[in-house]
Amino acid sequence: MEDAMLRLILLFPLAGFLFNAFLGKRAGERVVSWVGPASIFFSFATGVYFMSQLAGLGEHGYIRDVIFTWIASGEVSIPFSIVFDHLSGWMVLVVTGVGFLIHVYSIGYMHGDKGYYRYFAYLNLFVFMMLVLVLGSNLLLMFLGWEGVGLCSYLLIGFWFTEEERARAGMKAFIVNRIGDLGFILGIATLLWGSAVVSHPTVEFSQLQAVVPRLPEWVVLAATLLLFVGATGKSAQIPLYVWLPDAMAGPTPVSALIHAATMVTAGVYMVARMNFAYSAAPLAMDVVAGVGVATAFFAATMGLVATDIKKVLAYSTVSQLGYMFVGVGVGAYAGGMFHLTTHAFFKALLFLGAGSVIHGMSGEQDIRKMGGLKDKMPWTYRVFLIEGLALAGIPPFAGFFSKDEILFKAFASGHKLIWAVGIAAAFMTAFYTFRLIFLVFYNTPRYDESVHPHESPPVMIIPMAILAVLSFIGGFVLGFPHHSLIEAFMEGVFRHGVEIHGASGLEMGLMFLSTIVAVAGWAVAYRMYVVDTTLPEKIAQRFKAAYALLFNRYWVDEIYDTLFVKTYLGISDGIMRYIVDDVIIEGFLNTAARTSLGTGRQLRKLQTGDVQAYGFAMLAGVLLVLAYIVWRWAT
Amino acid sequence: MFGELIILSAVLFAVGAVGFLTRRNAFVVLMSLELMLNAANVVFVAASKQWGGPEGLASVLIVIAIAAAEAAVALAALLALFRVVGTEKIDEWRALRG
Repeated sequence: MEDAMLRLILLFPLAGFLFNAFLGKRAGERVVSWVGPASIFFSFATGVYFMSQLAGLGEHGYIRDVIFTWIASGEVSIPFSIVFDHLSGWMVLVVTGVGFLIHVYSIGYMHGDKGYYRYFAYLNLFVFMMLVLVLGSNLLLMFLGWEGVGLCSYLLIGFWFTEEERARAGMKAFIVNRIGDLGFILGIATLLWGSAVVSHPTVEFSQLQAVVPRLPEWVVLAATLLLFVGATGKSAQIPLYVWLPDAMAGPTPVSALIHAATMVTAGVYMVARMNFAYSAAPLAMDVVAGVGVATAFFAATMGLVATDIKKVLAYSTVSQLGYMFVGVGVGAYAGGMFHLTTHAFFKALLFLGAGSVIHGMSGEQDIRKMGGLKDKMPWTYRVFLIEGLALAGIPPFAGFFSKDEILFKAFASGHKLIWAVGIAAAFMTAFYTFRLIFLVFYNTPRYDESVHPHESPPVMIIPMAILAVLSFIGGFVLGFPHHSLIEAFMEGVFRHGVEIHGASGLEMGLMFLSTIVAVAGWAVAYRMYVVDTTLPEKIAQRFKAAYALLFNRYWVDEIYDTLFVKTYLGISDGIMRYIVDDVIIEGFLNTAARTSLGTGRQLRKLQTGDVQAYGFAMLAGVLLVLAYIVWRWAT
Repeated sequence: MFGELIILSAVLFAVGAVGFLTRRNAFVVLMSLELMLNAANVVFVAASKQWGGPEGLASVLIVIAIAAAEAAVALAALLALFRVVGTEKIDEWRALRG
């Protein structure tokens, strides 16, 4: 179905961005506080309207809006068109819904900041770009959004750019993503080339679906792997995850929206969108699942010892994204999308909760300097506990159902090793989540007497409460095993996913097992951080090497720095010094100098110092002129 | 009459030019220069007599005046140079050689 109204979803955030960017400073904080969230809310409402329209169109139904022809060159014609189907529509609701709540929360969090209007302008622009990414009907439009959200991420990480460390974190995110984006663009090029060979050049998802089965297997494999390189950058997977922990330098609501709920899930969405291609390349699927589970495991180990409240959550996000890739990698696309959704709820909430703690603690982020906040910030504590239970995978909270869905599908589709590593990571997830909660909210306070923790204003608490409700009910409402709403909803899009029938005894057993694992994580954390608080220190002493390895994050940043950054800088420096400087700049100067010197050396011979020689030259000149005049006169 | 005067002038000029280019004695070179100037004067006078205009005669007076001034300055300069360098041989005055 065609509907030109669909573009309204994009236009509301765009209008919000333009208003806040150009008039926001003059309009003042009050107006910006209305315009910013309202533009996202209208977009959300439009999304809900189209969702109801979609319901009447059947499982393969979609709504399309071709806005204009974007690129037309020879045989290639790429429209700027958006498609609202069961997958992209779902993402629109997640992005605008969670986005709206975070916008509202930001009113309280950013209150009084002198870049207030700039903050909301970036945030609106981000939502616009994210919607372009999600709704784009072709890979190139998706790439436009992909780059756009990267830009906003950079702008918002370095939002407080007067502090060098934050500005650097922004640059790091941008540059690391650039590496992934190269893969993405090569992937697009591969598909464009491949489709041109077998039929006509196209990057439209709907047309690629017909083209991919006709392509040679290696072309599909190359394209999917290259696109996945892009996903490892944007979605912070091994080996390009290093930017996400540093990205925590941005304002905390930004971490919630961009670096937990929406942008970092773009890679998962891309794999889900391209499911027809990934399913045609089993090796690429295995790579996706393998990288996913490795990331889930390694990021979780680093989360065990992190001491910054936001860094713990950052490693947790990297780890949970790994689970999503396991989901889409074993063919459980709906499972991956399910975990993406519940993760958007509870991880956004965790960040908002962390923001509330940081806000109340006057900017303190070190969990070693917190403790006992349970009574000082009762509401923050309650939502934090709910989100913690959801992340740790304790039933019946959302994370339990979605994580279990992925692990069950991995096990049932024969990826037993992936399942085992996933379960181990789940144990660590439960452990670090409760470690965080116990360190922040329990025991006696460890902060200075000068800090007076206080509860956050209602404008921050209410969005958190809504997300807390979603984190609680989101799991069993959306994805109750065998009655999964989300799976049924997206059935038309994921025709190539794994089908698993029956075996519910096995499923119950695995569910029971992962519940035990989660509870065990809680128990260990309880023992170490509530019952006997000297235990962590003792363990760290006992396993010094392992602790140092984790605490220094496997020295990955240092290794990258030596291997790539220093090498790259060395090579550029060499080129600068020995080619640009020596050959080009000095070469130019030396040549110019040598030429004028040489010319001078030749010309100086004319100046003999002999007056009579000059006289001769003059006379000869006069005679030549005369001869010329006579010759002209004579002829 | 006019023709002969022009030839005279040409001869005078040629003598002056050759003297200027070939003689080594700086003072003789200077005298050759005067000779060329006077060759020009002869043409002026001849032309004035031939076509009866006053401009030629006026020009001659200006040339004589400038030549007198020039000769005074040039002689003084030559004398000063002669004292410094110690020779009147003009081909040995090559301090400005590049």
